Amino acid sequence: MPSINYPARFEFLDEIRDMVADVARAGGFSEKTIYSLQLAADEAATNIIEHAYAGVKNASFSVTCEMQGDKIIIVMHDNGKSFDSSAVKEPNLKADLAKRQIGGLGVYLMRKLMDSVHYESSKSGNVLTMTKRRE
Amino acid sequence: MEVTTQEFKHCDLIAVKGRVDSSTAPQFTKELEKATNNGRYKIVLDMSELEYMSSAGFRALLATQRNCKRYNRGEVVLARVPDRIREALELAGFTELFKTFDDTTEAVGSL
Repeated sequence: MPSINYPARFEFLDEIRDMVADVARAGGFSEKTIYSLQLAADEAATNIIEHAYAGVKNASFSVTCEMQGDKIIIVMHDNGKSFDSSAVKEPNLKADLAKRQIGGLGVYLMRKLMDSVHYESSKSGNVLTMTKRRE
Repeated sequence: MEVTTQEFKHCDLIAVKGRVDSSTAPQFTKELEKATNNGRYKIVLDMSELEYMSSAGFRALLATQRNCKRYNRGEVVLARVPDRIREALELAGFTELFKTFDDTTEAVGSL
């Protein structure tokens, strides 16, 4: 099971997306779904870097990605500030240009693109688990 | 990510290539601001060679559209959006905020 520790820096998003794509491609996902998985993983990692580790230098987090049967499971583990994603309001996608909020869009996309998004915070850190079944 | 701008008399045609994520979005924003800081508010964004865009890129698009549409001075329209990026934009409810065109000439003519 590949588990990789990444520095909490945006320059590594490319590598995280590549890692997810490699596992998904080997697992038989379509290119269209692979794009969705990459986007969900990117949004999740971006949130960790931007929010969990806001202002923290030299932080890192781990990404584990594997197939279990026909399901891909992406797990991200960080030791930053916890973040209650259930408290994130759904963005109003009907709001006009002036009122449109961009905050919460990442979490919204993750929920829409994956079958399940689960977040747990404890003394040993924050664990985000996302799954998606092969179509 | 790579951005090239072609200035027409009445609008700018800006082509964005490669990947826009949280790492490259600041550079993408800066390139868009080059146009608007020059008083160029009518912008066609050619996305045909864009491989990937996350919500960080959507944020840059939204800010630019707000700036351009202020005082009715212009607009950002999107041309040749790859299917996967279009689907993500739809999911985010962004297709209602931007006119999209399958052809850049048509997009340039619309402004």
